[in-house]
Amino acid sequence: MSAGFLRRLLRRPVAIACLVYLVLVVLVAIIAPIVLPNVATQNAGNLLEVRLGPSLHHLLGTDDLGRDVLQRLLVGTRVTMLAVAEATVVSLVIGVSFGLVAGFFGGWIDSVVTWLGDLTFSMPWIVVLLVVLAVFPQDLTATMVVFGVLLSPGVMRVVRSAVLAIANELYVVAARVSGLTRTYIITRHVLPRIAGAIIVQAALVAAGALIGESALAVLNLIVVAPAPSWGGMIADGVNQIVLDPWLIWPPGLAVIFTILALGLLSNAARDASSERWSRPAHIVKRRTRRGGSAGQNGIGRLGSESEALLTVEGVTVTVGTPPTTNLIEDVGFAIHPGEAVAIVGESGCGKSVTAMSILGLLPGTVEITSGHVVFDGLDLAACGENQLRQIRGSDIALIPQEPIVSLDPVFRVGTQIADVVRRHEHCSRRAAKRRALELLERVRLPDPKRIARRYPHELSGGMAQRTAIARALAGSPRLLIADEPTTALDVTVQAEILDLLREIQTSQQMAILLVTHDWGVVADLCQRAVVMYAGQVIEHADVSSVFREPLHPYTAALLAADPHHASEDELLPTIPGSVPIPGRWPAGCHFHPRCQYAAADCRKAAVPVISPRNDHETRCIHHEDLLATA
Amino acid sequence: MGVVLILVVSAISFVLLALTPGNAAQALLGPQGTHQEYLALRRQLGLNLPLYEQYWNWLRTAMAGNLGTSVISGASVGSQISSRLPVTLSLVIGSLLVSAIIGTGLGVISSVRRGVVDRVLDAIGLVGFAVPSFWAGAVLIAIFAVDLKWLPATGYTPISQSVSGWLESLVLPVLALSLGMIAVIAKQTRDTMLDVLASEHIKAAWASGLSPSTIYLKYGLKNAGMTVMTITGVQAVGLLGGTVVVEAIFAMPGLGSLLVNATATHDLPVVQGVVVVFTALIVAINLLIDLTYAALNPRVRTV
Repeated sequence: MSAGFLRRLLRRPVAIACLVYLVLVVLVAIIAPIVLPNVATQNAGNLLEVRLGPSLHHLLGTDDLGRDVLQRLLVGTRVTMLAVAEATVVSLVIGVSFGLVAGFFGGWIDSVVTWLGDLTFSMPWIVVLLVVLAVFPQDLTATMVVFGVLLSPGVMRVVRSAVLAIANELYVVAARVSGLTRTYIITRHVLPRIAGAIIVQAALVAAGALIGESALAVLNLIVVAPAPSWGGMIADGVNQIVLDPWLIWPPGLAVIFTILALGLLSNAARDASSERWSRPAHIVKRRTRRGGSAGQNGIGRLGSESEALLTVEGVTVTVGTPPTTNLIEDVGFAIHPGEAVAIVGESGCGKSVTAMSILGLLPGTVEITSGHVVFDGLDLAACGENQLRQIRGSDIALIPQEPIVSLDPVFRVGTQIADVVRRHEHCSRRAAKRRALELLERVRLPDPKRIARRYPHELSGGMAQRTAIARALAGSPRLLIADEPTTALDVTVQAEILDLLREIQTSQQMAILLVTHDWGVVADLCQRAVVMYAGQVIEHADVSSVFREPLHPYTAALLAADPHHASEDELLPTIPGSVPIPGRWPAGCHFHPRCQYAAADCRKAAVPVISPRNDHETRCIHHEDLLATA
Repeated sequence: MGVVLILVVSAISFVLLALTPGNAAQALLGPQGTHQEYLALRRQLGLNLPLYEQYWNWLRTAMAGNLGTSVISGASVGSQISSRLPVTLSLVIGSLLVSAIIGTGLGVISSVRRGVVDRVLDAIGLVGFAVPSFWAGAVLIAIFAVDLKWLPATGYTPISQSVSGWLESLVLPVLALSLGMIAVIAKQTRDTMLDVLASEHIKAAWASGLSPSTIYLKYGLKNAGMTVMTITGVQAVGLLGGTVVVEAIFAMPGLGSLLVNATATHDLPVVQGVVVVFTALIVAINLLIDLTYAALNPRVRTV
């Protein structure tokens, strides 16, 4: 057994408490019958003192034959623990060996063992045990051995999957290639690694065996009177329940505490053997704001005139409990009605965080800590969840990145669209269905009736994205947020989806915020571009100016690295280095470590937004150098 | 798998029971029977045939619906079983309903609310894991029947006799059986719901402006439903075992108590018959779970 596992286990107070309790129980099982030799054969105690409650003389009272309950409980521990040990040992021996064999040899051996395990597992254990008891009346050992067999598939499965996982790891494969025997590999490399998993299972099996033993004792099938056992004492208590309900408590609690100790020990062993990944944070519907106002130098004056549909102003989004890390900082831009705006940048620059913060859909501890997201006069960053829900889908809708996973796998797509329609139009089911078909037709899907009856997994990527767009259109929104809507699609399908989006934008005067890293898509669809790098907007202008005359070295490098513009025999220029992750942003200009124009002043202080041209903003203080070399 | 399970379990129990010292012929004749009588009866019962032929004969008649006769009472095993089946089925179906409804409900609430509900659920989980159903049954009797006298302590009233009496006789045993299942189902529901709620399609549902009730109860629960059904199926096997002990505690004339009595009195044809019926019930439950699973998961249906 690996020492690391034991150390991790013993660091847990719960595990120590459980182990101490279990050791005490085992000690009692060994010592009590020696110290109290007459109890096991005592047929009756003082018949004038039957069913006395707890007193100083009899700490746990007396039973219906005047015998001391505490003494019988202590002495009965041995029978009970022996039975539990028998079943546990049998099931560990069988489970571990079959699991090792199945996991290590695989193939048909694995299939047969797994099948046998499934078969055994689906047998009703108590029924099988009763058959055994019908054959071997009152034979506790035979019963517990069979019980051990019945409990072994659980152990077998765990060992098998642990071995499967380990057997494919490099060092085991290497050991096998270098010709070491399987037995050697199993004892040296595999067994120590699965010790934790085996302890987890052993504790659970022991708990199961204890429950089984008590159950059979309660059925009066394995009790050899007058020898006491915990289960037998529960059976006595049940028989006396009307006269003296107290009698079920001492043996019952002994059983329950022991099961509890085994269960908690098993949990602690599981935690200790696998430092489990914490669950992915789910979407939190609560939004808190810690005050703060728009950044002083936030980009956002551009187009932030009153006619803007959406104005993002100085938005900072953080993750974690204090100390928090900024995911985006001081982000600002605006979108006018019917306008298509692109957010461009490499992965990890904060494009999607910006997009999702507009919808107020930030996971876990991610939240907007300052700034405004003003939509149609309403600051969404200050809105509660209920208000936001009124906006989502009906004013601002989302076209997700991965169309197939964004559709619910267990509902027909027609139902999913109709649900959104009903939410926004409060119409009858039938009307919603009709509208869903219209929407599917609107996104130019052939045979909408047939598509509506399909499940997401029956759609191609392009069809799924059209369906997702249809759902986004269901609430007739004024702004569509499209988060890399074509990244997951084939090239030919990409063009079709872009055509569709452009057609929707022009014919319905719908504004689009497009998150992308593809300049081709930007040129194809958008009027304005917002370039982001490491959480900041670093350039913001109309698309033609950005293409013609980029004012930030990052934009220029990104444009140069665009495969659309590269000729075949030329090496595609790349930007050396990579985007720093949030929390590791350099002081000063975030881009300076990767920038060929970087000078001392770039490292010194945060670079403000400057507006060297009309309607063209940049976060580069050396944009003149860039222009000069271009 | 289902048919195989029934065959294997019946064969195992048949072989085991055949190993038993002393056989039905001796039991029927009693100590007064002569050796000649014994041999004649043995031939008549087919006990002189090789084991596999005996099993084949038993299987043939069993498939025709005849499970033999009780050695003790001489009554047909089939009729004994069918008269007791309603008791056990009431317990099983009642407990499955109660624990599925309460367990799923608790699980959903705790996946949405977290915090206090989570900790309460953890506590219930521990209690449900550690308290055996028969002991819970005994405590329930002590409280609600002996102390408060609200409900009958033991016995079973057929639904044909009195519907309210039937319900009253079921409350305590069903509670005792459900306790552990509620905890397991609730925990499973919570964990699965949390995974589902973190998925992309639920994020897309929030982005579409759907209401929380639609998202949690329609989209969330149906997606979580498959895992919950699976765990319910596994639990149902244990539940059948649980009825055996709980029927004994509550003195209910069900299949379990029939099996226990037959075991105690060495009535092997009855043991064999009940074992087969129990296994068939498990197969039926698993089939039901598989069908529900298919209804919930379109990918199983079409692929």
